[in-house]
Amino acid sequence: MQALLTQPFLVSLLFGAVTAGLPLLLAGLGEQISEKAGVMNIGLEGMMLIGAYTGFLATYTTGSFWLGFLAGGVGGMCAALIVLFLCIRKGLNQIVIGIAITVGAEGLTSLLHYVEFSRSYPRLSAAPVFALPLLSRIPVLGKGLFSHNPLVYLCAILVAALTWLFRSTYLGISLEAAGNKPAALDAAGVDVIATRSFAVLCTGFLAGVGGAYLANVGAGLFVPFITGGAGVIGIVLAMLARGRPLWVLIGAALFGASLAMTTALQVAGINVPTDVVQMLPFAVVMLVLVIFARNSMLPAALGLPYVRGER
Amino acid sequence: MSVETGIHSGRSAALLRVLIPVVMALIVGGLILTVLGKNPLDYYGYVLQRSLMRWGGAQETLTRMAPLLLIAAGLIVAFRAGIWNLGGDGQFLLAAVASAALAPALLSTHVPRAATLIVCMLVGSLVGALWSLLPAWLKARHGVNEIITTLMMSFLGTSLANVLIKLVLNDPDTTVPQTRSLPVDDRLPRLFGTTIHCGLVLAILAVILVHLMMTRTAFGLKLQVLGANRAAAVHAGLKVERLTLLAFALSAGLIGLGGAVEVLGVWGTVRADWNPALGLLVVPLVFLARFNGYAVIGFTLFFSALLVGGESAARRVGVPQHYVLVLVALLLLFLALVEYLDQTRRKPGTA
Repeated sequence: MQALLTQPFLVSLLFGAVTAGLPLLLAGLGEQISEKAGVMNIGLEGMMLIGAYTGFLATYTTGSFWLGFLAGGVGGMCAALIVLFLCIRKGLNQIVIGIAITVGAEGLTSLLHYVEFSRSYPRLSAAPVFALPLLSRIPVLGKGLFSHNPLVYLCAILVAALTWLFRSTYLGISLEAAGNKPAALDAAGVDVIATRSFAVLCTGFLAGVGGAYLANVGAGLFVPFITGGAGVIGIVLAMLARGRPLWVLIGAALFGASLAMTTALQVAGINVPTDVVQMLPFAVVMLVLVIFARNSMLPAALGLPYVRGER
Repeated sequence: MSVETGIHSGRSAALLRVLIPVVMALIVGGLILTVLGKNPLDYYGYVLQRSLMRWGGAQETLTRMAPLLLIAAGLIVAFRAGIWNLGGDGQFLLAAVASAALAPALLSTHVPRAATLIVCMLVGSLVGALWSLLPAWLKARHGVNEIITTLMMSFLGTSLANVLIKLVLNDPDTTVPQTRSLPVDDRLPRLFGTTIHCGLVLAILAVILVHLMMTRTAFGLKLQVLGANRAAAVHAGLKVERLTLLAFALSAGLIGLGGAVEVLGVWGTVRADWNPALGLLVVPLVFLARFNGYAVIGFTLFFSALLVGGESAARRVGVPQHYVLVLVALLLLFLALVEYLDQTRRKPGTA
């Protein structure tokens, strides 16, 4: 156990947890916005994958990481447009379309990667790091938590901003109503379809940025299927968090830490099968659910299309 | 029921509802290939040739249907009962690993081949069903959303399958971690001198039986009531908790049987990190067939041909293997769209 408490181990664990957890956080927060508004986004994984590709492409061609995040967000939004038109406006089945988006994104990004990069397999240079003044000088914590790409700090602010938005703004209440009692929102004179459309575009943007971070900062390259289930974990996090952004953050940290654990253990010279460590967060969450089993309190109209005047 | 007229009448309409999206998906997919400078007709030609026109390919297409059909049968039970069992991959893999490890072990203790195969299939179903027990209990007892729990159990199951193969059930004689291989002669019997194993017959039977059970029996009706309106089911005096547990067990058991059949019939062993990830791919097929067992068989045949033919066609034309996923996604989108257009035309004014 002594070997586990050394500085390099703890630093690599913390640093890795943030790097691996950030895409999960962004995807989870995005999904949360949709779910609040009553839209179930099973296509989250596909949105991340599209964002990862467009983000990588933008950073590779321009060299700018910020443009990469932006392009990732726009890519995710493009995928979200499919949900917007087919599920929200036309009321098609959200699960079928969601799976179509994920499967289609897997195929399309594989195809584009094959055409563009399969001979060169380019890598990006290391992403810029911004060390927070003072905080980054704290031993262990400084290098682990406060010396990251600036996007990380923006996301911390985003969690606080979303908490405030959900709780005390007109928009937040509208989102909640669109998910719980869309007819009431409609009667109050707010456009349910527009509210849900806005929510889904936000989801696409955040998931896309998360995918871009995963490819550009986490891996430094794009390979097909790079998201490897991150979107599905994002859906799980959003559902477990019951509408509270802070809980998405906690969950993302837990899952990020377990993803980082294997690398950190290798740094410490301990060889544990990856699979065992990766089972841990899921096992913990299942255990918590069994012990404190309660209704997951999802919005009443989750997954149901809204058709005006239909009961 | 209103009288249907025009193109909506009967079978020709049902056929059109499938044909139009298929043609649309093939056209758009072909456009994508053309943009990339490949000849779409070559690609489609190879797919057709490889998957259906040649006897060898056709046999492979039919063999590939067996696990897909069993997963579909499991999903029909769950979805009709209003249960979102999205954890198929974990249930499928653990069942595959269990039966793959058990079969050589039983044979080496001189259990007859037939008994071994039957026991292994039963154990596979049991393992699948057991892996759904926790989500089932949480749903039945506490109303915990099963989408999260089945997805999590699926991640847990795929990891656990790998751990079992790498640490417990591995064959010491191989370098890549895998279970002890089942000799070809001891796998599921082949049908009439073909390479198609009898799991296909089992799978088709399972889909038809499930369809009849859900539509013609009292038990099926109870599950459908549960699916249509949980509160109404409680009100009608149905034992909702028990029905939920049973529906979960049946669904996951059939998916587990799919894993066992795939391993006992085709592979004979499970390698570490093997995950065909069929669980989510079958979900849309079941939806598009409107939970109808007979329609599922047709969709599965088409899907299976696309998977089998797509792999070799991609190599020949020079696109990645996963291009076939683009076609699958386009097909889903167009099928859903046509379905929507059809519905709005039937009852004008509501959409």
